[in-house]
Amino acid sequence: MDHLEQLENLSIHILREAYASFKNLCMLWSIGKDSTVLLWLARKAFLGHVPFPLVHIDTHYKIPEMIAYRDRLTRQWNLDMIYGQNTEALEAKKTFPDGNADRLTCCKLLKTEALKHTLSGQWPRYRFNHAAGHYEADANTEPFTGVIVGLRADEEGSRSKERYFSPRDRQSEWDIADQPPEFWNQFKTDFAPGTHVRIHPLLDWTELNVWEYIEREKIPTVSLYYNQGDGKRYRSLGCWPCTFPIDSQARNPQEIIDELRSGQLANIAERSGRAQDAEDGGGLETLRREGYM
Amino acid sequence: MAHCPDTDERMNIVIAGHVDHGKSTVIGRLLADTDSLPKGKLEQVRQTCRRSSKPFEYAFLLDALKDEQSQGITIDAARVFFKSAKRHYIIIDAPGHIEFLKNMVTGASHAEAAVLVIDAEEGIQENSRRHGYMISMLGIRQLVVLVNKMDLVGYRRDVFEAIAAEYRAFLDSIGLSAEAFVPVSAMEGANVAVRSRTMDWYGGPTVLETLDNFRKEPPPVDKPFRMPVQGVYKFTKAGDKRRIIAGTVEAGRIAPGDDVVFYPSGKRSTVKTLERFNGQPPAAFEAGSAAAFTLEQQIYISRGQLAARADQPAPCVSRRMRVNLFWMGKKPMEPGKDYLLKIGTVKEPVRIETIISTMDASDLSSACRKDKIDYHDVADCILCCQHAVAFDAVETLPATARFVIVDDYEIRGGGIIRQALPDAQEQMRQQVIQRNLKWSSSAISREQRWERYNQKAALILITGKRNVGKKTLARALEQRLFADGKTVYFMGIANVLYGVDADIKKPGDDQRHRPEHLRRLAEVANILLDAGVILVVTAIGLTQQDMEIIQNVVDSDLIETIWLGEDPTDIDFSMKVPDLSNLDETLNRMKVLLQNKGIIFKP
Repeated sequence: MDHLEQLENLSIHILREAYASFKNLCMLWSIGKDSTVLLWLARKAFLGHVPFPLVHIDTHYKIPEMIAYRDRLTRQWNLDMIYGQNTEALEAKKTFPDGNADRLTCCKLLKTEALKHTLSGQWPRYRFNHAAGHYEADANTEPFTGVIVGLRADEEGSRSKERYFSPRDRQSEWDIADQPPEFWNQFKTDFAPGTHVRIHPLLDWTELNVWEYIEREKIPTVSLYYNQGDGKRYRSLGCWPCTFPIDSQARNPQEIIDELRSGQLANIAERSGRAQDAEDGGGLETLRREGYM
Repeated sequence: MAHCPDTDERMNIVIAGHVDHGKSTVIGRLLADTDSLPKGKLEQVRQTCRRSSKPFEYAFLLDALKDEQSQGITIDAARVFFKSAKRHYIIIDAPGHIEFLKNMVTGASHAEAAVLVIDAEEGIQENSRRHGYMISMLGIRQLVVLVNKMDLVGYRRDVFEAIAAEYRAFLDSIGLSAEAFVPVSAMEGANVAVRSRTMDWYGGPTVLETLDNFRKEPPPVDKPFRMPVQGVYKFTKAGDKRRIIAGTVEAGRIAPGDDVVFYPSGKRSTVKTLERFNGQPPAAFEAGSAAAFTLEQQIYISRGQLAARADQPAPCVSRRMRVNLFWMGKKPMEPGKDYLLKIGTVKEPVRIETIISTMDASDLSSACRKDKIDYHDVADCILCCQHAVAFDAVETLPATARFVIVDDYEIRGGGIIRQALPDAQEQMRQQVIQRNLKWSSSAISREQRWERYNQKAALILITGKRNVGKKTLARALEQRLFADGKTVYFMGIANVLYGVDADIKKPGDDQRHRPEHLRRLAEVANILLDAGVILVVTAIGLTQQDMEIIQNVVDSDLIETIWLGEDPTDIDFSMKVPDLSNLDETLNRMKVLLQNKGIIFKP
């Protein structure tokens, strides 16, 4: 059993535990490489099916290609796709691109707030109707009690403190100093009413592992990750006003693996192209404590 | 990155030890000296130090969170990655403060090897011992002990050797041995990744060399097959007809054609196919695999059963077990209080039956008998579950001997099962396991019958005191369901007492034979349930103890109990009916119950 198989086995185990433990379970799909690998692992765990909805927070500033890719896979893989957004902030133009908010506030409004209220069911959810071929307002407003998230411990400091099953209180807040223990493969699957649990099957994966797995399994990914001839590619995907490509010649997953293995990027943090991190004291913890992924 | 390992081998290690003995500095050194740091990380920490006018320290590399830096202690099991020329390492940084022990456990329970740090100046402290004990209990067999801050004791060999001797004796007493004791100055980087010139009296390996000498323990492929069932999947709506048994193989291997037995039920079938998405299924699923397979004979099993192979030693099945338990709840664990035991994929109500002894993990000499298990105590005790569970003793198979205790939604304790103890229903359970082993399956599956009859089989037990109208209610329910087109049958206990039980039925001597009467009633019910029937049975004054007998014989998730009248026994009923004054209303309520339980469908 090689290292990728080991990672795959533990992630599948965690996904199956989550599925058995939470009645209202969903998976966040940011369209990025990590949560797409997570989606693939769910299909592995459930033998080609994804037996829970996928939730995407549409900030309205995602690179258009990401949305097209999302809807293509939704149809192809018969996914139960839901999106939510902060319509109020967008209509009031309280965003960074509109010049009415700094980057952190914009992130908080378009991502954290939208996520919190979409998960709780307080704000409208839009669900893909496969028969009609479009999204429509979802009648189901029950809160999600289990939320599967594709974050990895090696991304940046605060994420390395996470557990596989990590509780969030009524305000979606994360009490870092008082987390439940995880013995062996026994996780926190019991929770008090009003609280929810975030589940992190990719916690032990590295950026390199993610690309190795994409290459091995031939997982379809957004072309923004690859150099299209201009010598630039995105290493981490977000909203276009705050995400910048890196210099790279890599045109496909194998060339990204070679690039990562060569050590060319070893001295550059993965999220260095994400402008909001720098504004948060060089980390993400202010955002994350309040519910950011 | 100066070098890259040739292999993709990864090893999880945990760094433990008393607070301020220098764990974070050791890790910072390992990262820096193996050139495993991304510049972004170092820059981020240096910036923070500049902003708060503090000198840069290697320990700060880990304390990425603001509040940690203000407190000056590491508060959680952070994961850090580094690599040597031999392999990749994932360090789980276990914190030292005593109140954060649960984080240490979290880190250590996923580790394959442990690094324990002792301050040369302070010597062995409470958590040096406590963490050593936890490492042993969690099943980590590979350990290196660092005597750190040698610079503070003038690099003296006698100081190092005294600490090493004392700690070696402690490890001996708990059945653990260290691969090496290494004198270290993490601050200066001496003997971490680079050999120290100052301590030339030390001829042993550096910390990094010791780590590289650790072996990857192979998964227990040669042990008997064990797989806790995580779920039974059917995706019929998506046009998938497979009925898939899924779970992670804890030990052994499983291949098509193998006979499997599911415990504690003892139900048996044969593996038909192994299943995998996006690729050919392997010839066999081995220990460590997230497995999925289909069965030849369709038997009814669900999450929580432990799959074993019929040609290999069976697991233990019992309600009672002797365990070593570690308690992390602020409130003590007490006899008589209900907890949940999680083992494999089972979640089962449990109580402490006897506390044999408790000890303070920091000082193992003080074993004493207490009537409760306090915060951070390690206890030797007997647990009793509400129903029998399947497991192994830790000596036989550690993976299926590990459990946790849940109290008030939180995991507050964990431990290992030393041995299975007999319980009152052992003989009866053995009979049931035999019956299931020998059971000749029908060609028609349970689900096929349920689909045909448009209902789920169920045993509806109507119980209460004498002369409250149990039979009246049972017959009325039978008639109502029959009128609705259901396949339903009322069976009074007398039907069994004077027939199946004729050999043991003696006037005036019912109490002595009550368990056997109930067992036979349940066996008859089991056959009718297998035939897909909704069975309505009446019995006088059933107690929880009676229910345990019935649940041993009949799948407990098929049973609904109704208490009729006042003063119920300790029975855990699904519904209580005060009297029959409004029979029609009562029948409606019962139908809603059956609908909610998915036994019959809503119109």
